[in-house]
Amino acid sequence: MIDGKRVLIILPAWNEADGLPKILREIQQKLPGVDTLVVDDGSTDSTAAVAAAYGSKVAQLPYNLGVGGAMRFGYRYAHLHDYDVAIQCDADGQHDPAYVPALLEKLRSEADLVIGARFAGEGSYKVRGPRAWAMKLLSVVLSRVAKTRLTDTTSGFKACNKPMIEFFSHWYPVEYLGDTIESMVGAARCGFVIRQVPVAMRERTTGTPSASPIKATIYLARAGLVLLLALIRRMPANVKAIEPATRTAARRPELIGKV
Amino acid sequence: MCLTHARKARSIVQLSVLTSITGVLVLVWILELLRRQQLREKYAALWLGIGLVVAPLGFFPRLLDSTARRLGVASGVSLVLFAGFLLVLLVCVHLSWETSRLEAETRTLAEDVAMMRAHLAEHHDFPIARTGNGAIDPEVKA
Repeated sequence: MIDGKRVLIILPAWNEADGLPKILREIQQKLPGVDTLVVDDGSTDSTAAVAAAYGSKVAQLPYNLGVGGAMRFGYRYAHLHDYDVAIQCDADGQHDPAYVPALLEKLRSEADLVIGARFAGEGSYKVRGPRAWAMKLLSVVLSRVAKTRLTDTTSGFKACNKPMIEFFSHWYPVEYLGDTIESMVGAARCGFVIRQVPVAMRERTTGTPSASPIKATIYLARAGLVLLLALIRRMPANVKAIEPATRTAARRPELIGKV
Repeated sequence: MCLTHARKARSIVQLSVLTSITGVLVLVWILELLRRQQLREKYAALWLGIGLVVAPLGFFPRLLDSTARRLGVASGVSLVLFAGFLLVLLVCVHLSWETSRLEAETRTLAEDVAMMRAHLAEHHDFPIARTGNGAIDPEVKA
């Protein structure tokens, strides 16, 4: 519980047995009273056992569904168990749980979906070449769609309020880049308010980022395609019917922070 | 003049032999798959229909010549080729659609299995699979 709200931190994890203890300990120390759910995405190491040993809730997917699949599961779990806030966080330790209160504050005051963004002032995360162009393109288009300045659209550090959780539990793109780009475009197109909060990224405690220019160019092409599809795809009616908390609050200001 | 005519007639007979054998084989194969219950009814109807159209065309490749000419296609064989290509294309698109749907369904099932396992692990001591090696001791690792 934080401010009387049930908060769930979802950590999609694929073979993260080495990185999990550190991040789980850190969450327990910095954010007491917050639940964590490790979604073991078909790991071949002891990810699930480690997560359970460190006091986290654990869900084991029977086979690998990818980050998007694991997150979709996370939102379905949060919706089924009636959480007020769901926070997505990487299990490799690059997101600092100390920023969670900042995300929650932004969520309480003015947004349905808050993104912890690199490049927004804090930290020293640098990218160049086609990958940087891809990020620029995504940032420009998504900022337009969401009608707010978004600098880091592929961030895996996000917080959602209750209607947003419900929305994502019914509709969450699971393909590569769909989980970051398309999910945001869909939310914005259905009237959910997206805001960002600057965060500093830490070095990953495990794994290395890819830096090949060919891969970066393919990334640019795929990002463009995903973006195009996201903009023209029709949203299902049952999903469009979910009312964002920010809209409810605008109609009834006394409810701010209560939905 | 007469000679070329004879050659043409012979080549048409040869073509008929090839296509009729193929047509019959395809039809027999489809019927056999149906008999062994390897094809679901919706596909069975589709392929059976195709088989029934293809088989007589195999015996008489010129059957569609007049229809083809009316449609502005030079010969019935070209028309069958075109229609066949179109059909295969449509079937491919249909199969892509079908696998997408199946994938979405199995995904939901996988999620539901994980959901129930998580519930059972939390409330009913359902064991969490240990795939890695070595003991896990929170105090030592932390």
